[in-house]
Amino acid sequence: MEYDTHTKAEEIICRWDRKPENIIEMMHDIQNEFNYLPRDVLFEISKEARIPLSKIYSIATFYNAFSLKPKGKHRICVCLGTPCHALGASRIVNALERELNIKRGDVTPDMKFSIEETGCVGTCGLAPVVIIGEDLFGPVTVDGVPRLLKKYESK
Amino acid sequence: MKRYRLQLMVCAGTGCVSNHSVEIKDALDREIEKHKLQNEAEVVFTGCNGFCGAGPIVVVQPDGVFYQLLKTADIPHLVEEHLLKGRPVKKLMYSPPAEKIPIPKMSDIPFFSDQTLIALRNRGMIDPEQIDDYIARGGYKGLVKALTMMTPDEVLKEIKSSGLRGRGGGGFPTGVKWESCKHAHGDIKHVICNADEGDPGAFMDRSIIEGDPHAVIEGMIIGAYAIEKVHQGYIYVRMEYPLAIKRFQIAIKQAREYGLLGENILDAGFTFDIDIRRGAGAFVCGESTALMASVEGKPGEPRAKYIHTVERGLWERPTCLNNVETWANVPQIILKGAQWFSSIGTGDVSADPWGGSKGTKVFSLAGKVNNTGLVEVPMGIPLRDIVFKIGGGIRDGKKFKAVQTGGPSGGFIPESLLDLPVDYEELTKVGSMMGSGGMVVTDEDNCMVDMARYFLAFTQAESCGKCTPCREGTKQMLDILDRISVGEGTEEDLVTLEDLSNVIVESSLCALGGSAPNPVLTTLKYFREEYEAHVKDKKCPSHTCRKLNTYSIDEKICLKLGHGCHVCVKHCPDAAIIGERKQVHYIDPAKCSKCGVCYDVCNFKAVQVA
Ligand SMILES: Cc1cc2nc3c(=O)[nH]c(=O)nc-3n(C[C@H](O)[C@H](O)[C@H](O)COP(=O)(O)O)c2cc1C
Ligand code: SF4
Ligand code: SF4
Ligand code: SF4
Repeated sequence: MEYDTHTKAEEIICRWDRKPENIIEMMHDIQNEFNYLPRDVLFEISKEARIPLSKIYSIATFYNAFSLKPKGKHRICVCLGTPCHALGASRIVNALERELNIKRGDVTPDMKFSIEETGCVGTCGLAPVVIIGEDLFGPVTVDGVPRLLKKYESK
Repeated sequence: MKRYRLQLMVCAGTGCVSNHSVEIKDALDREIEKHKLQNEAEVVFTGCNGFCGAGPIVVVQPDGVFYQLLKTADIPHLVEEHLLKGRPVKKLMYSPPAEKIPIPKMSDIPFFSDQTLIALRNRGMIDPEQIDDYIARGGYKGLVKALTMMTPDEVLKEIKSSGLRGRGGGGFPTGVKWESCKHAHGDIKHVICNADEGDPGAFMDRSIIEGDPHAVIEGMIIGAYAIEKVHQGYIYVRMEYPLAIKRFQIAIKQAREYGLLGENILDAGFTFDIDIRRGAGAFVCGESTALMASVEGKPGEPRAKYIHTVERGLWERPTCLNNVETWANVPQIILKGAQWFSSIGTGDVSADPWGGSKGTKVFSLAGKVNNTGLVEVPMGIPLRDIVFKIGGGIRDGKKFKAVQTGGPSGGFIPESLLDLPVDYEELTKVGSMMGSGGMVVTDEDNCMVDMARYFLAFTQAESCGKCTPCREGTKQMLDILDRISVGEGTEEDLVTLEDLSNVIVESSLCALGGSAPNPVLTTLKYFREEYEAHVKDKKCPSHTCRKLNTYSIDEKICLKLGHGCHVCVKHCPDAAIIGERKQVHYIDPAKCSKCGVCYDVCNFKAVQVA
């Protein structure tokens, strides 16, 4: 993605009134925009909003919502809530790993897909639940996994 | 407002939306236009109905006819038959499991008829993005009453004598908390709504927000008025709930436009506003001190509560934190009175605020029950009624095993205790807790060792790491459970688990560590024989722990049904399956690593486990 680091950082800082206490909200906006926290943007935020970089990194590593590594274009999140677990979510993760030939937490070499586990998304009536990008699917079955991925392969 | 002969309420909760309820609404609009019914029928988006497993849902008002599991292809028929010809469509209605006769009316469906609605009273009845809908159903009347007819002290007294207790987990009496905050020293105070809903398997708060965000906001304004010196409130909502965040944003904006938030609310000389802060995926941030650290823009580590947050909370100021459902109860209590509220539930709170459990509790019922969804029941209802009456019993005719309440801090309750009344004290007595309202039902196919291990893995990963017993103790317990689940556990391990549990319970700083062993302790207590089967016989009775299984292929099924499809061979990571295409396949036990993949991928159920 082409962007001007300085403008981007400035835009986000302004959105949150330049207040250092709003750093988590700023980081949410970065994460939403880039799918991860690019180093150069964090540097710029640190400089412009006067927040120590060490503080930004300690927040980035503490909270699961943030990642310092890029994610796939289609970010696959498997819900690991209790009902999803009771209904076999781990088998779905295994099937995804087999199908994409990567492990959870990783990205495919073409940067198309990444697999993550996520906390409960609160649609337990549909367990087991898989989220791809903004789309939510459930109940997902092991045999249904290849079909599910096919929809995104050409996108 | 314009009046229509019919209103079609389309559920737009997260569950239904992911099942394409937006397309259902579009199709309804199209068909209505086609038949020129625009002046007679209106299509409305509502919040979550709670019957998520039946989505997409459409309820036709005023008769309350309930349609479920709809597809866009059903809509032309539905509109023509029901709206045009006045003949409700039977085949799109709900029939109870194992029965054939459909139930037309929502209010007659057991899932709904056994519920008592206070916090969820507007569910499915209003468009949550329209403040006028909320007001039309009596919304903000409680606020008007509080601000114009009651002093802050009177409001506080009402909440105190209602017996309302916190719905977020601990069950702390709400009035007592407000009072301490009111009496705390400080010129600037805050109220916060805890919408972090971290319990993995709970979605009550999500549904309340998505369905009726103004109820929460109204409750917070009333609370701020009662506590006094509160001009800024925060809603801390988890980022996994994008729709809930959006609904809150819209609701706050509308409330500001109507003069219900901001300066000089209702001309009563009271100023208060609310901002939203997004959580960032850390369970521990549901804990009060960690949550406040997070709002301040810090990592969410709990601190010791020598000084309570009602005295020194957010930015060292007196802060009153309540759960979403707690806040949503407040307007109704003010409107209908403490006596009405305390007439529902158990015990007596007139002298002792801890003396009973009053009002209702919302539970998210999920797992192996027929009717998964959101239920609001009066305190004191037997657990059995929730699982078997409202929940419609266990799926696929399987046998009930346990119901888990209280999430990672709670425990598993076995069949023998199912007649227990739902009440803060009763649930604690059996080793579980009310918690925030997650209720996960397990059946004979679930392994209790595996479930305990699941929760421990969760708390272990979510421990903030500040104190050693929680950080290291849970890790050791998890190691032991891992060993047990692959057949390397010993009987001594079971004793060690109990010992470690006691240490962690006693020496953790916050309740995350303090209650983390509960799932293990309750399963050890009520399902010890399952642990023993794992450590003594090296068997998992429910075949969940795969390394303890043996896999084989049923030759007949493989050949007759599957025609030796060869799929399993492609997937077996250890080349342990022998067989040519169109021939019988076998598993070589010497090579098999017991990964269970063949069982998952065989479409003909030819792979057997023992
Ligand atoms: C680890 C941990 C997680 C918690 N998560 C939540 C939560 O997600 N939502 C919630 O309302 N309360 C949660 N609580 C309870 C809160 O600390 C607090 O007691 C509650 O929000 C107070 O509101 P109430 O009195 O209205 O229940 C959690 C507590 C702990 C220790
Ligand atoms: S008990 Fe666990 S989560 Fe709580 S403060 Fe200690 S280490 Fe952190
Ligand atoms: S997948 Fe099933 S049916 Fe196909 S060869 Fe293997 S065991 Fe036989
Ligand atoms: S359990 Fe795994 S290793 Fe064993 S035969 Fe099946 S797929 Fe192969």
